[in-house]
Amino acid sequence: MEHLQAMRGLAPKDFKSDTKPVWCPGCGHFSVLAAITKALAELSLPREQVAVVSGIGCSSRIPAYTSVYGFHGVHGRALPTATGLKLARPDMTVLVTGGDGDGFSIGGNHFLHACRRNVDMTYIVMDNQVYGMTKGQASPTTDAEWDGSKLTPDGPCIEPFPPLKIALAAGANFIARGSSSDPNDLARLIVDGVRHPGFSVIQVLSPCVTFRPEQKEWKKKVRTACVDYTDDPARAARRLMTDDGFNFGKVLFKGTRPAFVPECSDVPCAIPELESGFAV
Amino acid sequence: MLERFVSLAVAGSGGAGVVTTGNLLLDAAARVGWYAYMTRSAGPQIRGGEAAAMIRLGSAPADAHDDHYDLLVAADWESAGRFAAELPLGATSIVLGDPRAGERPPFLVDAPARMLDLPMTALADEIPGGRANMVALGAIAELIGLPDEPLLAAIRHAIGAKGEAAVEASVASLRAGRSAVPDIPDFPRLEPRPAAPGMRWNISGNEATGLGALRGGVRFVAAYPITPATEVLEWMAHGLPRVGGALVQAEDELASINQIVGASYGGVPSLTATSGPGLALMTESLGLAVAAEVPVVVVNVMRGGPSTGIPTKSEQADLNIACYGLHGDAPHLVLAPHSVADCLMTTQWAVHLAESLQTAAIVLTDQATGQARAVIERPAELAFIGQRVVPESVAGYERYALTVNGVSPMAIPGMAGGEYTADGLEHSPSGTPSSQAADHQAQLDKRLRKIAGYNYGEHWAEIDGDADPDVALLTWGSCTGPCREAMARLRAQGWRVRLVAPRLIAPALPGPMAEALAGAPRLLVVEQSHGAQFLRYLRAHYDLPGEVRSLHQPGPLPVRPGTIVARVTNWS
Ligand SMILES: Cc1ncc(C[n+]2csc(CCOP(=O)(O)OP(=O)(O)O)c2C)c(N)n1
Ligand code: SF4
Repeated sequence: MEHLQAMRGLAPKDFKSDTKPVWCPGCGHFSVLAAITKALAELSLPREQVAVVSGIGCSSRIPAYTSVYGFHGVHGRALPTATGLKLARPDMTVLVTGGDGDGFSIGGNHFLHACRRNVDMTYIVMDNQVYGMTKGQASPTTDAEWDGSKLTPDGPCIEPFPPLKIALAAGANFIARGSSSDPNDLARLIVDGVRHPGFSVIQVLSPCVTFRPEQKEWKKKVRTACVDYTDDPARAARRLMTDDGFNFGKVLFKGTRPAFVPECSDVPCAIPELESGFAV
Repeated sequence: MLERFVSLAVAGSGGAGVVTTGNLLLDAAARVGWYAYMTRSAGPQIRGGEAAAMIRLGSAPADAHDDHYDLLVAADWESAGRFAAELPLGATSIVLGDPRAGERPPFLVDAPARMLDLPMTALADEIPGGRANMVALGAIAELIGLPDEPLLAAIRHAIGAKGEAAVEASVASLRAGRSAVPDIPDFPRLEPRPAAPGMRWNISGNEATGLGALRGGVRFVAAYPITPATEVLEWMAHGLPRVGGALVQAEDELASINQIVGASYGGVPSLTATSGPGLALMTESLGLAVAAEVPVVVVNVMRGGPSTGIPTKSEQADLNIACYGLHGDAPHLVLAPHSVADCLMTTQWAVHLAESLQTAAIVLTDQATGQARAVIERPAELAFIGQRVVPESVAGYERYALTVNGVSPMAIPGMAGGEYTADGLEHSPSGTPSSQAADHQAQLDKRLRKIAGYNYGEHWAEIDGDADPDVALLTWGSCTGPCREAMARLRAQGWRVRLVAPRLIAPALPGPMAEALAGAPRLLVVEQSHGAQFLRYLRAHYDLPGEVRSLHQPGPLPVRPGTIVARVTNWS
């Protein structure tokens, strides 16, 4: 194993930075960070060719904990930031990390359009059904009855947002669910997502042990999915409609849509050629 | 040589070809060595509403309209009536109207102008394929002294592709218009002048902005359409891919600003263009660009505000949000071109500054400049190309290192050893998040230092006129043209006048400003905002010498040169 890694180049630990995470002990995000560094080692990418982009939230802290290029932007806007980076620098491998609040609430519109646009990048959403960073408010994926927040003492009273169904409907090209309880498996999904052309969405069940302590039980509830992926959106939709949210470890849908690449002339002209259009 | 100008306006309903008439006039004017300036006004209808083209032609460049129009051509009275406030007429003005159009609207009944008939539709009806707007164009050409040859060249250029029959019909319509117009001996005519082909450009402010961005090195644009900025984006959508860049239509302005932040972080100079409502949405991420030190340029083509305001018409009321709209202490650049031609120079300079200083630059133009089209001297090449400082060596690399001038070398993704995380969270020099007072102080200081300590050179302002003035006119943006004209008129009356129009609004440069205003006992601040935003900005950042007066009016009516002259001559 060691030998293999030496041959390939970098080990997972080489993709970790020296910065100590601010996370609570036991937070699911630790495993997601481990899975990401493992996946990057597996992909044998040079550090300088990878960028991790995020918004704001506990989960969005990941870029600074990696040793690749990182961008920690503003709340909800990780996807457009990453889109701009990838379109301007198609040679870079771009990962986007964040939480359910960042991605599906304040950034919900960008999520829809990132699925539609299908730019080649991999979006890892740590879903803990709560706003961790702001200390425990309901997020778009929180159950309607959850009354653990002073902000919504009777619960949010609205049905949760189903991220993967929406991703499928909006045209995402790769849809998978992982769990922080199995970082090796998650690493495999990330590798698969990065290799798949176009926009890959990976929802990760990643417990917030501080504001949703009951999520510690998730590791007992989650189960490895037994059906392999489909490239038929109708089948994927049926599967997602009957899914209870705890099947993980499998890609659910892989599309064949080509990744979005902006039009660009093969033979660039010089600016004076454009200017000649103004001359009288 | 005395410079001569003629001002005319054409108004009509959507199908009347008002803007086509204007464009043909501009093209023909360029071919006879004239300069031109044309603004457009439109009603609120999406399609087919009334439109007016206001045009000034002259032997010298003009960046402003006159106090009144020498000629108004109305395709129909109702449309013209909707622009009554925008079409001032004087005692010597001529109004050409179609006798078929019926009764004249009240503003024309009371106007001091001379009313003349031009049977545009009747004459066009007699020509197979004839068009009333071409009849009108022929009449205009006859009145202002525009020969046939350049007009025909302009027509061929515009509609030649439609075939010889269409050209013939237009030519016949032109001739009919020429012969139908009465002789008006005292009408201001221009003389054709020698014109070398290619030495004049016919360009709009928004196109000039796009070109300036390309010249400055911009290669990525994210776009969300909004009036009156869309043409900047449309021109770049056409131009960018041809020079190896890309434009992407984003889902909203939150996306467009963050896309350009991402692209620029990737090392590609990036820009977006918007108007007030879009700028409001972008302010959070402009703060991010400042804090994370990512160069971006946002062009804000101002329109009437607040809120949706008057999307199709001009105002200079986004100065406050551009200067003060960011949260936290966020030093950034605000620039403003003062003419159609200057949109090119100022935008190019903005890209250069944003890249050099690794910060956000907002370029404030407005509808009056952006959607104006002008015939100008072919613009000179400028040396301003975006140049980012990148690390020479990555040994011990710190992205936000505390340098003497405040600019820290910026590693570009792909550069081995330069890996860092750009952060909007306050950070230490290495980029690691930090909430320590000392780090905050040090980073605030460096971000201010790089902008405040930079040598902006002589481009910071347009300064013109007399050294030892009786009065100084201090203005910005699209009010500069009217001020320049007011200055010329005042000087003709024996006044000594100086004009100062900062191109760099923020940061304020107290030293150069004091020098520019030195010796002026009186200072008139001219702007197009209801709240005198420019005056207040100046008062906050500068010691204004002498007696200070303010001439501020909201949009959409332009500040006219005569109003400025009157304010100076009736000082109180
Ligand atoms: C514009 C804006 N609004 C609100 C906030 C406050 N805020 C910070 S993180 C966050 C929610 C984070 O939740 P989530 O994305 O689910 O991530 P988690 O912390 O649970 O990992 C909010 C509301 C902010 N930073 N910016
Ligand atoms: S608050 Fe929740 S999500 Fe945030 S670090 Fe703690 S456990 Fe993790």
